[in-house]
Amino acid sequence: MSKRVPKERYEKTRSYRFKQWLAGTKDPFLDNVEMKPQKEIHEPEKLVHEHELQHLQIVEKAYDLEHNAQIRLFQKLYNVFSVIFCLSLVFILLVGVSYLPQYGREDNPVNNEVSARYIEQGLQETGAVNIVTGMILDYRAFDTLGESHVLFLATCTVLILLRKDKKKKQETAEYNDRIYEPKNDVILQTVARVLVPFIEIFGIYVILGGHLGPGGGFSGGAICGAGLILYLNAFGFVKTERFFTGKTYKCMCFGALACYSLAKTYSFFTGANHIESVIPLGTPGAILSSGLILILDICVGFVVAGTMYTFYVMFRKGGY
Amino acid sequence: MDFGNLFANYQEAAAMILFALGFSNLLLQKNLIKKIIGFNIMDSSVYLFLALKGYIKGHKAAIVVDGIQSVNAYINPIPSGLVLTGIVVSVSVTALMLSLTIRLYHRYHTLDIDQITLEVKKGGY
Repeated sequence: MSKRVPKERYEKTRSYRFKQWLAGTKDPFLDNVEMKPQKEIHEPEKLVHEHELQHLQIVEKAYDLEHNAQIRLFQKLYNVFSVIFCLSLVFILLVGVSYLPQYGREDNPVNNEVSARYIEQGLQETGAVNIVTGMILDYRAFDTLGESHVLFLATCTVLILLRKDKKKKQETAEYNDRIYEPKNDVILQTVARVLVPFIEIFGIYVILGGHLGPGGGFSGGAICGAGLILYLNAFGFVKTERFFTGKTYKCMCFGALACYSLAKTYSFFTGANHIESVIPLGTPGAILSSGLILILDICVGFVVAGTMYTFYVMFRKGGY
Repeated sequence: MDFGNLFANYQEAAAMILFALGFSNLLLQKNLIKKIIGFNIMDSSVYLFLALKGYIKGHKAAIVVDGIQSVNAYINPIPSGLVLTGIVVSVSVTALMLSLTIRLYHRYHTLDIDQITLEVKKGGY
């Protein structure tokens, strides 16, 4: 219960004074501290000009690379010391290598029980024929989730750094080379029309076959992104922007990452609580097998394909 | 002088030399783009080293063939997965560095790192 306080009493409280000070209506120093009016420094215009000139001359002389002996000496020393540093780095690393176990032997300490477990039990536990895929998308899927997030974050940062200022008119070649690019190259368009479908189909095959053989989300996504870049180069931004803009990329990436996280949450939950997962592992070698790995591979493929394409578009002068 | 396993591990020694080559590029080049190329050479040498660590002579890639699931048939799959992770991170880092370089170029109209630091010291911005 709050009590209503009369105004005179409220004005004496600390909170009232604090609020006054905060709002700037009352200066707490005004009647308490002795103050003298400050004198303004008057310098003739000529003197100011002279000082500025002097400062400029000092700067010019201090950073004159050709005539400043100190800077030249420093640069020479820098070069010499960096060569010495690199040579000693090579020496230290080679000494390290000479103490490493011999390359390619079975009994090396790297080939321990962890890799033996992945090889011997991987097919039964993950259902993936490709042991590496089973490892990175099942045993170590958290790592791969972080990787996809690194890609997404890098793209976001590039989007921020290379963002175009829409208020300014920057229709020069330095900022936007789309106006000046050659259009409707017949050879390029014909080749692209033939090649792009095959590249895309091959990319999708590599993504979907990630658990059956060499391939997976990262490599397949990179192939799909390359196909998109070829299409963009042949037909221009007008055609690609009908189906792929910056917004599409953000939605796609977010969807894929959220799907990945959800799938992995499910498998972590069931794994931690010793519940049998309802997703069947299927027969090894079939395309619809190995549980969640196929879904995760597709998610990663979407993220990587979008990222490759977005990097290319951002590094062309022009942006989304 | 005892060389130990240096000559038996000549591939790993090559990876180390490649690493130092990339590092010297990073130190000695003045052009920012060339510095980034040096950084990528360093990355690649690390992948080479990792891939060599996982290799076992006479063994095949870690994809189960004909249902054989023996340690004696396949190479170590862990370094392969690590290389995959490294490649993805290096792509992102390279893109980030290149975009920062573009921003620097727009501001100072040069890619020379010495020129840029000089202008920063002179102009104070």
